[in-house]
Amino acid sequence: MGAWVPVVIGVLYATGFYLMMRRSIVRMIMGLVLLSHGTNLLIFVSGGLRDVVPIIEVGARAPSRPTADPLAQAMILTAIVISFAVLAFALVLAYRSYENIGSDDVDELRAEEP
Amino acid sequence: MRFLTVLPIALPMATAIVCLFLREHARAQRIACAAGATLHLSVAVTLLCRVHAKGIQVVQAGSWPAPHGISFVADLFSAIMVVLTGIIGLAVALYSVRSIDNARVSLGYYPLLQVLLMGVSGAFLTGDIFNMYVWFEVLLISSFVLLSLGGGKAQIEGAIKYVVLNLISSAFFVAAVAVLYGLTGTLNLADLSRVAESRALEGSLTLPAILFMFAFGIKAAIFPLYFWLPASYHTPPPAVAALFAGLLTKVGVYALVRVFTLVFVHDVGVTHGILLVSAMVTMVLGVLGAAAGRDVRRILSFHIISQVGYMVLGLALYTPLALAGTVFYIAHHILVKANLFLVGGLIQRAGGSYDLKRLGGLSSSHPWLAALFLIPALSLAGLPPLSGFYAKLTLLAAGLQSGEYLAVAVALVVGLLTLYSMIKIWQEAFWKPVPADAAAVTPGVTVHRVLPVAALALMTVLIGVCVGPLYALSREAGDQLMDRRAYVIAVLGEGR
Amino acid sequence: MSPLILRTASDLLRPLLLLFSIFLLLRGHQEPGGGFVGGLIAACAYVLHAIAYDVAGARRALSIDPKTLTGTGLAVALSSALLSVTLGKDLMTGVWGKAELPFFGPLELGTPMIFDVGVYLVVMGTVLTVFLELRGD
Repeated sequence: MGAWVPVVIGVLYATGFYLMMRRSIVRMIMGLVLLSHGTNLLIFVSGGLRDVVPIIEVGARAPSRPTADPLAQAMILTAIVISFAVLAFALVLAYRSYENIGSDDVDELRAEEP
Repeated sequence: MRFLTVLPIALPMATAIVCLFLREHARAQRIACAAGATLHLSVAVTLLCRVHAKGIQVVQAGSWPAPHGISFVADLFSAIMVVLTGIIGLAVALYSVRSIDNARVSLGYYPLLQVLLMGVSGAFLTGDIFNMYVWFEVLLISSFVLLSLGGGKAQIEGAIKYVVLNLISSAFFVAAVAVLYGLTGTLNLADLSRVAESRALEGSLTLPAILFMFAFGIKAAIFPLYFWLPASYHTPPPAVAALFAGLLTKVGVYALVRVFTLVFVHDVGVTHGILLVSAMVTMVLGVLGAAAGRDVRRILSFHIISQVGYMVLGLALYTPLALAGTVFYIAHHILVKANLFLVGGLIQRAGGSYDLKRLGGLSSSHPWLAALFLIPALSLAGLPPLSGFYAKLTLLAAGLQSGEYLAVAVALVVGLLTLYSMIKIWQEAFWKPVPADAAAVTPGVTVHRVLPVAALALMTVLIGVCVGPLYALSREAGDQLMDRRAYVIAVLGEGR
Repeated sequence: MSPLILRTASDLLRPLLLLFSIFLLLRGHQEPGGGFVGGLIAACAYVLHAIAYDVAGARRALSIDPKTLTGTGLAVALSSALLSVTLGKDLMTGVWGKAELPFFGPLELGTPMIFDVGVYLVVMGTVLTVFLELRGD
């Protein structure tokens, strides 16, 4: 299953960056979502891909076979929780700015620019 | 008393909890926050004394031995940064007493302020790269909310730019951690430093190094990644702006220094070479932006960028003297910059506007304000005998020592331009007669606002007058940063 | 329009969801589950109520300000981390105690469990704060 993962990461990053270059704030946020998914997958790969779950059998002190790296999965969990909170905030901010300027076009964000 | 090492993280959290429970009582929150900030500062000073007397302090969270658990490490650099956090936290808490309105307080201003201080202290004290990411997110999320809290159109717009750029930076930070973990199989900074020595990794560490440089470069606002800063830092109330200007970009600089002195030092020609070029361009472009500005806060925002260039310059030179210069510069800069933003708030109070065109005559109407502005302004420009002079002098000496004459020349010219832009504010806001379209003035320059400003100005003068102790401390911190072996032994124990 | 089906379902589901969330919380130390997911499900119980009825109704059903939940959770988590310090160990070191209960047999209680309770309360409080504020506009 290893071969397709880098491709998926690449596609996620590419679409993420493409969306972030759009002028719509909502698309920008979606781009961020894809970017963080790509990053999570990258962490997943960095822990090594194995089909065995990192669970130690009852009574054993160590897993009997080589397993996937649990630390990488713990990191992904942390990263997911954090990006969940941050994206919720970003959406609220986008909503507020929509209320303020009546559009979600970044070109309208010019009140304070010289 | 090993607990002392993590107390600067636990204390703001406790204060935040207290403020959260007191959310209906604005007055009680103000007192609790100021008291918590005072305690935080005293704990930080105690920690610094202890690190200075007894060497690097290490705590293994959950008693898991390093490198399996998360280590908290306080070396001199970390401890100095935590003390500076304490100082700025206290100054901002005092300045907020009158300047932050009850509406913002009821939306949770004080708990957020303390959570921000917790995140900053955590980022300074952690000895684990992924844990550093978590602290970065803690401080970022609270800074997002502080930046957009109770704001109008301009503030929301600034917040969007700030949030998006910082989220990109975070994504790169995690990606860099992932690549580094895949290569080395460890996250503990000391262990990373040890593993990075091995020949098998030669060359392959440059990729994560560049990724980290990109991620931290956005947060530190170095060229070419600084565009978000002048677009957002001038929008929030002065207390918040001072906190951001003083502390947040410096967290990025801290992370750069930490990673590029402890882990990525095997390809100095490439990594530190890029940093050197970037530092020089950052200095020049930042100060040019400041020289062109017409708004007090925008000028000050651009100055942050050019000053960050100086700090990164010290890191790029990568000698003990240069790193000492960086530490000294950060210490000086945090005090002066936060001070200038608070003075900016006072100027707005006294003159009714931030726009230089609409300001004038403040030197005759508010002579004490002129003095309070002049001290940090001249210090920032690097005039003797203020703190900035010695900070720049150390870096210039380090530059000459390493034979980087171009960088020295750039630093000198930038210093001159900094002086020019400060004189511009002086000329326009203080000396010029009051313009015809001057804004209406709301009286309210109270002792709560002036006290922290005056205290910070006094510190700048004190550092300048008795420069010895801080300089000696910076030299020690610089030597400690160069001595990776001592850090590794302190965290992992002998025999590694 | 009165969403009768949703309201009935919400009334029936809320106690079940709360019970399930506590089940997940308690199970979480050794098996899949834990404070985070438990807190999310507990928050869902009230989010469902707010959608079926209204925000004011959900606040009444909750009968405690979600911000207080967050504060309590933070305090619980912090004190569980600090308990080991008072015993002279490093921060967050697990401290375990055993108790013999009359019907259930031996029960092991430790600071990681208390920390999870803190996480549960923080997640529940934060999610509800955000959701109820947004719906309340």
